[in-house]
Amino acid sequence: MKRLLIKNGTIVTHDKTIYNMDILIENGKIFDIDTNITLENCNIIDAKNMLIIPGLVDMHCDIGEPGFEYKENLITAGNSAAKGGFTSITCNPNTLPVIDNKTVVEYILSRSKSDCIVNVYPYGSMTKECLGIELAEIAEMQIAGVVAISDGDKAIQDNAVAYKIFRYASMFDLPVITHCEDKSISNNSGVNGGYISTFLGLKSAPKSAETIMLTRNILLAMEFNVPLHITHVSTGESVRLIRLAKKNGAVITAETSPQYFILDEKNVLNYNTMAKFNPPLRKKEDIEEIIKGIKDGTIDVISSDHQPNTIDSKRLEYDLASFGIPSFETAFPLAYTYLVDKGFITLETLIDRMSTKPAQILGINKGKITVGLDADLVIFNPDLSTTIHSKEFLSKAKYSIFNDTEVSGCIVNTIINGKSV
Amino acid sequence: MPYARKHFLDLKSLEANEIHYILNTATKMKYILSSCKGKSSPKLQGKTVATLYFEESSRSKFAFEIAAQNLSAKVVHLTTSTQFNRGESLKDIGKNIDQMGVDFIVIRHPIAGGPHHLSQYVKASVINAGDGRNENPSQALIDLLTILETKKKFKGLNVSIIGDIMHNRVARSNIYALLKLGAKVSIAGPPTLIPRGLENMKVNVYYTISEALIDADVVMTLKIQSERQENNLLPSLNEYKRLYKLDNDRLKYAKEDVIVMHPGPINRGIEISSDVIDGESSIINRQLINGIAVRMALLDLLSEGGVKTL
Repeated sequence: MKRLLIKNGTIVTHDKTIYNMDILIENGKIFDIDTNITLENCNIIDAKNMLIIPGLVDMHCDIGEPGFEYKENLITAGNSAAKGGFTSITCNPNTLPVIDNKTVVEYILSRSKSDCIVNVYPYGSMTKECLGIELAEIAEMQIAGVVAISDGDKAIQDNAVAYKIFRYASMFDLPVITHCEDKSISNNSGVNGGYISTFLGLKSAPKSAETIMLTRNILLAMEFNVPLHITHVSTGESVRLIRLAKKNGAVITAETSPQYFILDEKNVLNYNTMAKFNPPLRKKEDIEEIIKGIKDGTIDVISSDHQPNTIDSKRLEYDLASFGIPSFETAFPLAYTYLVDKGFITLETLIDRMSTKPAQILGINKGKITVGLDADLVIFNPDLSTTIHSKEFLSKAKYSIFNDTEVSGCIVNTIINGKSV
Repeated sequence: MPYARKHFLDLKSLEANEIHYILNTATKMKYILSSCKGKSSPKLQGKTVATLYFEESSRSKFAFEIAAQNLSAKVVHLTTSTQFNRGESLKDIGKNIDQMGVDFIVIRHPIAGGPHHLSQYVKASVINAGDGRNENPSQALIDLLTILETKKKFKGLNVSIIGDIMHNRVARSNIYALLKLGAKVSIAGPPTLIPRGLENMKVNVYYTISEALIDADVVMTLKIQSERQENNLLPSLNEYKRLYKLDNDRLKYAKEDVIVMHPGPINRGIEISSDVIDGESSIINRQLINGIAVRMALLDLLSEGGVKTL
């Protein structure tokens, strides 16, 4: 019987903080939580002055396997995620082949059992090959184990197709995850519309490219009573629209990622491809509204938006360069530094946004520290500042716009299913 | 202050005195062109200039090559659009050219920032001959030299630019430089052809041509292309003409000694009427000789500023 005892830590969950507690883990589950548990013949981790938080759950990441193993595979993705405190990750369906049938779902689930140290929950594509044309076999994939259906960052452009997806999806109890981008307006661009795009002479993706699609999806979700989840919200207008929709009873949740509450569009100056994201970085006032949304619960989730592209795909002319950055290892430290440390939200709220809420949306039994649950825990030292060194990433992609950024706090240990990794 | 940069990538990052310095040098080059035997100087003997055009061009490429030859440099040239099909990166293309011992790379690239990207990876001096919708700085210098020759100054001048600013990188370079040099810039055109955020650069943006023309010292009209209509940026050329065509009636809003410029090629009767083109205010045909002088000045200055002598 494998047992692990974590002693004298401060347990912080989405709703409370309890000082000086011991946690006993047996067979991968939390067996006991109490003061002064004494036990012989077991591994002991001393967590004095440390915080013990529930393992993080990432709702938005590209894994690369199958098809893009040169960018990332389940081994490197798992190691990278665990280092960043994520004990459960999801898979965007934009793999090759696309996760649009049960065979690919089964492949990923079986590969992740052998290769990946974190829990893996695949998303199924809404449409075949993520093309936005024909419905995929959603029921088959749900039976095989997907936790949500998603457009894989390729927004469904055709309203008729979107309408049918929401209608069809209304018979499942699966979240419908959408990236909001009207391609006819966004120009496939990685820069916000306005002064900066004009100054650089680049075609731009204006805010309306996001908000128009967002509004359509909210309306369809309300019409068919489908649980909608909006990924990477980047504009203040989106936050206000989501707030209004929630007020009107829509069953929607929303998510953003650290770049959208830390960086503004000026980072793109000098054609800095490290700052090329989709949706693009916006303005200061958007950052302020997004933080307000995180605070008041309009934004339910903070994800990593991990996109492990090759460095060569970043060293190109701006329009040709790939979008996004690898971010498993930076998401939590950045969110802690820029939201908790700066006093916008408490650590409890951050845990809610990065662990409890995502687990609840996906319907997985994670994100809490309770007896009987899987022992997915992160030991976090809030007093130790560190500097992000992208060269040391465990992801295959070893670069970041946040390289050399100093962050507060340090993840000391990640425990997944009772195993310290 | 001399121009001490290694590359010539844009006008927006230059200081006013650097632009003045380039224009002064261009004036000296005009002297070489008009008085020296064989119009040439040995300044760049032994140097190699590569012109690398990823877009078709006639005038600009000719002007650079003639300028380089006037300074006794060797010239090699390539016009291609195959970079993107062959999958070779601009970085690697640049490094190859570098290893062949080229001292200057004149590049025209369809993507904004392409020349800036190349400049990070090569030892040669990079000259931007136009990048996407961003800038065409050497072409703008020709306009600036022409303005300076006729008006003798930039400070306080009212410059009006009429038409498709969105797709015109020369106009954008002109705007950046004119603002730095102390001119007042007013633009007019349909909103769909005016890039957003220009107001933040202290440009006066108007949607009626007469407002932009009031008291103008210099008027530039820009080519309007019929594909703008196809892309739904304009309802018709007819409507454009009605709203924005520069004719003698509208020109009356400007100062009496106004000069009218056009970077060409001209669509007579669409963005500008024939009576203006052929009228007294027009200096459209005087601009071409300056094109050689400006490019000679750039090559000359970069050879002193950045390129290592052998």
